[in-house]
Amino acid sequence: MKQLTQTIFVLILGILVGAVVMAVWGHDPWGSYASLISGALGNLRAFTSTLARSLALVLTGLTFAVGVRAGLFNIGAQGQMLLGAVVALSCSLLPLPLWLRLVAALVLSGLAGMAWALPVAILKLFRGVSEVISTIMLNWVAHWLVFYLVLQKLADPVLGQRTFLVPRGMRFPVIKGELTWALAVSLAVAGFFFWFLWHHAKGYEVRAAGLNPRAATAAGISVRKAMSLALLLGGISAAWAGAIQVLGRFPYAITSDLANLGTLGFDGIAVALIGRNHPLGILAGAFFFGTLATGAAKMGLRGVPIDMIYIVQGVIVMFMAAPEALRLLRWRRPKPRREVSG
Amino acid sequence: MSILFQVLPVALRAMVPVTLCAAGEIVGERAGVVNIGLEGIMTLSAFAAAIGSWGSGNPWLGVMVGLAAGAFIGFLHGVISIYLKGNQIISGVGINLLGLGVVGFGTWALWGAKSPMLDQQFWVPEVPGLGISPFVLLTPALVGLTWWLLHRTALGLRIRAVGENPVAADVVGVPVERVRLLAVVFGGALGGLAGAFLSLDWLHTVSPTLPAGRGFIALANVVFSKLNPFLALLGGFLFGYFDALAIQLASVSGFGGAIPYQFMRMIPYLATLVVVALAIGRARFPAALGQPYRRE
Repeated sequence: MKQLTQTIFVLILGILVGAVVMAVWGHDPWGSYASLISGALGNLRAFTSTLARSLALVLTGLTFAVGVRAGLFNIGAQGQMLLGAVVALSCSLLPLPLWLRLVAALVLSGLAGMAWALPVAILKLFRGVSEVISTIMLNWVAHWLVFYLVLQKLADPVLGQRTFLVPRGMRFPVIKGELTWALAVSLAVAGFFFWFLWHHAKGYEVRAAGLNPRAATAAGISVRKAMSLALLLGGISAAWAGAIQVLGRFPYAITSDLANLGTLGFDGIAVALIGRNHPLGILAGAFFFGTLATGAAKMGLRGVPIDMIYIVQGVIVMFMAAPEALRLLRWRRPKPRREVSG
Repeated sequence: MSILFQVLPVALRAMVPVTLCAAGEIVGERAGVVNIGLEGIMTLSAFAAAIGSWGSGNPWLGVMVGLAAGAFIGFLHGVISIYLKGNQIISGVGINLLGLGVVGFGTWALWGAKSPMLDQQFWVPEVPGLGISPFVLLTPALVGLTWWLLHRTALGLRIRAVGENPVAADVVGVPVERVRLLAVVFGGALGGLAGAFLSLDWLHTVSPTLPAGRGFIALANVVFSKLNPFLALLGGFLFGYFDALAIQLASVSGFGGAIPYQFMRMIPYLATLVVVALAIGRARFPAALGQPYRRE
């Protein structure tokens, strides 16, 4: 309960800082936020669009969260997400029935995400390379690889600004408006991580390794294996974020500036932080940032640059780093404990 | 093979940000504070420096603004991780996100473009007669200064003491938190200088992804250097060389177009991975690295 109040407080702080920035640049902050809300949640169409926008964030949020649970700062979701998207798109070319191509796309993109996470695990566990460095380097390698494939190999022969389209029968079926059954993937993966972390022995080992690696080792748990497992499962989840973005959302392709994939991987970090690395919290966190992102497009119509939401996101993450920062804001400070030296 | 020499001037420039950031980060890590927000610090200070130069018409004033911006973000990170006992990695991630947001928002708000080009009058001029960037000369000098600060001054001894054993340092009267804050601000200032170099000297533009991962390559360089500023200079040159080679090869579309330029652009990142994988093992970090100090 205390954590929830804290989180809500941080979210409000982030929104306030955003308002100040907008006001300084001469925009009307409350009018802009009002159009953000109405643009994201105002009617059923907007609401389904916001939900659709949140689905990939759930998955990249889970990637970061399972890493933290194992004691890792895995910021490799971005590269794994890009790779998953391009592998899923490429599966359109397989000579299979369309529904089987969809299945193949999920299987193969998941494998690709796992393959991209493997060097991180190997470098970390056998060479002691910090996962922060290796994942960022692999993110950039993935960026240029996917950029190359999208421009040179998968481009639409007629329209230069995107790749070819995913064939109709291979897409996730539409539920309502922009929302598709990609929803089931995100919910299932969130459910899986909940079951895995709290109701499965291996998940228990992952959490033990993250809470106290020495105690875990003493209890006979292989911290190496637990960390590898968290990295590999995270890789699958992140790659599926890319896959459902391509197979389950307009424009059912990848734009040649990779804009429709954007920074879904990095955004997952903030989602996981405000969701306290718990699948349920992540669902809520993804919805929060999904609302911001969908509504920001509406706000953009009023001339407020969409990057605004990254300022809000950055402020939120910085405050989440220091829970004690909030204590400074309380009007009544806790009484200083008298310390007895001796 | 002449291309291996042709790229030297670019390599010297590419050396600057990776070296400056690493030198600053070495001081911070010696004091026990990790800052993975170097990427964001460079992005933000490149932007601040561009505004300074653009607003005043004096590029050197712009450089000072960039330096101050870097120091200020270092200060924020220091307050969060030292006084508020926050998580240093998360704070660093926040700085990086803030860089994306503030610069993306700011360039639109100020210039109405995603990556506006700066006119030549706002650039830092080359050293007359030599035809090289003043930063290329400044960087080894600052590396020397950093080494001298860490290993030949009383303050340097204190910095190393609070990173290695803050309890002992506290007992002998070293103000642990203040020394740590000073070290992190110093690191931020060098990162700010690197950012100013990116926008005003090298790339002549501002964008949310201007450093293109060089802040993280600098972190890898810190590992490579074993926290020795002079080795960070060597590492900076090495990474700069790969960077320059990638840029050069990409522009000539690699070996007559046989290798797409996107693959050339992967070189610095792959090289970093390989170098760090081989170098690590040997590095020994301060004992209290990453841990907030709480007085018992």
